[in-house]
Amino acid sequence: MLRINNLSKSFNKETDHEIQVFKGFNLEIEKNKCTAIIGSNGCGKSTLLNMIAGSIMLDDGQIILGEKNIGELTEEKRSIHIGRVHQNPSMGVSPSLTILENMSLADNKSERFTLRRLIKKNRIPEYIRLLKELDLGLENQLNTQVRFLSGGQRQSLSLVMATMKHPDLLLLDEHTAALDPKTSFVVMEKTKEIIERHNMTTVMISHNMKDAIDYSDRIIMLDKGEVILDRNSDEITEDELMEIYRMKISRDIRMVRAKEKS
Amino acid sequence: MNSLILTSIEQGLIFAVLALGVFITYKILDIADLSVEGTFPFGAFVFARLVSSGADPIVSSLLAFSFGTLAGLLTSVLFIKLKIKPILAGILTMTILYSVNLRANGRSNVPLFEYSSVFDTGSKLLVLMIIVISIKVLMDLFLKTETGYLLIATGDNESLVKSLGQNSNKYKVIGLMLANGLVALSGALMAQYQGFADMTMGSGIIVIALASIIIGDTISKNSNRIKATTRAIIGAAIYKIIGGIAIDMGLDPHDLRAVNAIIVIIFIYYNNNTAQIRRFFNKTSGVLSRTPNYKGGEIDA
Repeated sequence: MLRINNLSKSFNKETDHEIQVFKGFNLEIEKNKCTAIIGSNGCGKSTLLNMIAGSIMLDDGQIILGEKNIGELTEEKRSIHIGRVHQNPSMGVSPSLTILENMSLADNKSERFTLRRLIKKNRIPEYIRLLKELDLGLENQLNTQVRFLSGGQRQSLSLVMATMKHPDLLLLDEHTAALDPKTSFVVMEKTKEIIERHNMTTVMISHNMKDAIDYSDRIIMLDKGEVILDRNSDEITEDELMEIYRMKISRDIRMVRAKEKS
Repeated sequence: MNSLILTSIEQGLIFAVLALGVFITYKILDIADLSVEGTFPFGAFVFARLVSSGADPIVSSLLAFSFGTLAGLLTSVLFIKLKIKPILAGILTMTILYSVNLRANGRSNVPLFEYSSVFDTGSKLLVLMIIVISIKVLMDLFLKTETGYLLIATGDNESLVKSLGQNSNKYKVIGLMLANGLVALSGALMAQYQGFADMTMGSGIIVIALASIIIGDTISKNSNRIKATTRAIIGAAIYKIIGGIAIDMGLDPHDLRAVNAIIVIIFIYYNNNTAQIRRFFNKTSGVLSRTPNYKGGEIDA
């Protein structure tokens, strides 16, 4: 389980441009469930994900994963518990290394990196098994440099690498947003398979309402650092979600106009 | 063998050690580390100081390597802890080393003819080949280890290294230390080869190192079978031979540095624009010979 207690975060502190993104924010994410976080740009969803992962430090509050407060740990210390797939397909892989070398690196995650040979021949059948599940033929290209793979292939490889050691928490950071619709569908399906097979606790950020409903168990809509909607995915349809979203936007526009008039 | 070619190859092998060092920072870590301009003479002066106090030349060369790693450590502290941009961090280390070098021996030129050197044991070429091949093999082995791969991944994609639960800064430190160690060793070898250590021997050395790496890359660009370390060595040798031939053909040694830089510029330009250059030549040859290449859609592209 992931629990966020009393989280606060501002950017550009002590300047004229100070923006408070979160103030006393609380959220509980259930174990073994996939939670989707949606919301318009600037609602704080990426900031939230980055704070959970540790790439942005929080000002105040706690992030409790299992029993442990990880809010104070550095990004690399947290990585031991967290798997993350970024929006940019190149972020999760080392492009100049081969598929085999990338898989071997991921396989050594959270262990000590010593002067032993990285590639362990006895682990190769396991890598082939994992890559076969993707059904993209990557298992036949173990010695291909990752930079020669397509975006979808790279993202699928990133997914396998991030989930290989069964992290306590999987973060999906709009991980299909940079892909074309067809590839995006394939990667989403693979993601679903992997999450279900290992019963992984997942937090997914998405701009795509349909994906959020189809692939998550719970939907949370954020706006200005607050939860404005929190439902089970099977209790809400895409149309209803869009309606809420539209209403919120038109309300925002009205508010902006009213402000301009006054 | 022609003595000029032999000298060029020998010096090329000394520069190969330098190129292998700079290869770590420039190619693997993608850091422009200018401290090598200071570490090269630093290695020479450390060697001069030790050997003139009666130390064994082999031990002195190894200690030159160790002191070089300390210079790399200094650059990485400036760069990582004090958050100074790598290029400036390198220049600062280089500047500090200038004074250190003067301090170490009290003068800017130290003759070493009267002392023993690593070359006393056999032919210069043989000794250098043994040194270069040992370094290359050790480096290749290191780059296959878990730590070695993390060094590569750090230059490639730091966020991956962090996601593996590792501190990428640690690998930058390792890389900078190893690189500067090798450059200092190269400086120590050069001092023994030419028979003196000199303050100016480091200036422009980064250009020579880059030229070696880039020439090596260009020449065997399409061959993945040749290891990058081998390419750096071949590049250094070719670079030196080109220089040797140019001087033999009447190039004024005063112009050598400028020619070095121009070689680097040409090779970098060629590497960055290979596709365009090929297309240009294809087009012109197409026009001349009226090959299907010209009629095809390529002319529109």
